[in-house]
Amino acid sequence: MNWKRSAVAAAVAAPFIVLLAWGLTKDPREIPSPLPGRQAPEFALEVFIPGEGAHARNVGDTVSLAALRGKVVVLNFWASWCLECVTEHQDLSLAARQLAGKPVQFVGVLYNDVKDAGRQWVAQRGGEAYPALDDPGARAAIDYGLYGVPETFVIDPSGKIAYKHTGPIWAGLLTAKVDSILAAATPAASGPKGE
Amino acid sequence: MTALPPLRRARWLRLAGILLVGASLPAQQPRSADPAGRAAPALPDSVVEARTTALAGSLRCPVCQGLSIQDSPSELAQQMRALIKSQVAEGKSDAEVRGYFLSKYGEFILLEPRARGFNLLAYLLPAAILALGGVIVALNVRRWTRPSGGAGAQTGGSSPGA
Repeated sequence: MNWKRSAVAAAVAAPFIVLLAWGLTKDPREIPSPLPGRQAPEFALEVFIPGEGAHARNVGDTVSLAALRGKVVVLNFWASWCLECVTEHQDLSLAARQLAGKPVQFVGVLYNDVKDAGRQWVAQRGGEAYPALDDPGARAAIDYGLYGVPETFVIDPSGKIAYKHTGPIWAGLLTAKVDSILAAATPAASGPKGE
Repeated sequence: MTALPPLRRARWLRLAGILLVGASLPAQQPRSADPAGRAAPALPDSVVEARTTALAGSLRCPVCQGLSIQDSPSELAQQMRALIKSQVAEGKSDAEVRGYFLSKYGEFILLEPRARGFNLLAYLLPAAILALGGVIVALNVRRWTRPSGGAGAQTGGSSPGA
């Protein structure tokens, strides 16, 4: 009689234990984003830091995603109050310079910050190789499902989000991603007639 | 007041009720006068505010721990609330507003998971456990209340009070 009761108790408890054990294998901090693979939300934001070289834009101009079709767009959300943004700052500029000859546009979007604080932050770090845009009301940030800064999105030439990176990114990863997107886009563009 | 006949007192109460409801909804007034004029009638502020509050209460603040957008003092949550408000004012339905946030943040943004797929477990398990408990209690009660001469009485310890 007793072993029967134990067997029933075990049979009831086992699924719960399996369920909890499965829960332990998941990273509670990882939040899957529905955005990669989808069309990137459009934005049209004003430039407040011009940037340098191939990526430069005039202060006061509007940069819109629609106008960047055909290019890979690296969209980085940052803020002057963000500590981890300091870590990735040099790497972003480095990657932007390395990719300057290719159809790539880097843009930074200021998140919940004052433009003056952003300008000062960039100046203190010896400038930035790409323009910074202002996002009043964080509308673009919410459109991109932002959880915090830094977050970086790589958008392919057709306007789809190819990659999303949460936390500080590094130059090697970024250039590899952009290069692989460009490599995939080039044969696709000439593929139908070429091969 | 106690001297009033019952019928009159009932009318009095009804009148008081109507007055109270009327006083609490002053902003509803212009709405009923308005809609015929425009193709998309502007919602009165009180309705927009109430719907915004309800929607913001059902969505999770992404930068907090288990707080709704409505309850969070964070800047992002307040900006999200402002966005909800403007979408409601534009005439979007509750489902459309929720759908917008769902498409940006995924299932995570909903404080209450949708009852489908794996999530169903959260809805069905408590009911299943409750039902199982009910069955166990019913079986035991039947055993305990069985007449002492019955077949089940010999299983020791289950009916010490009898």
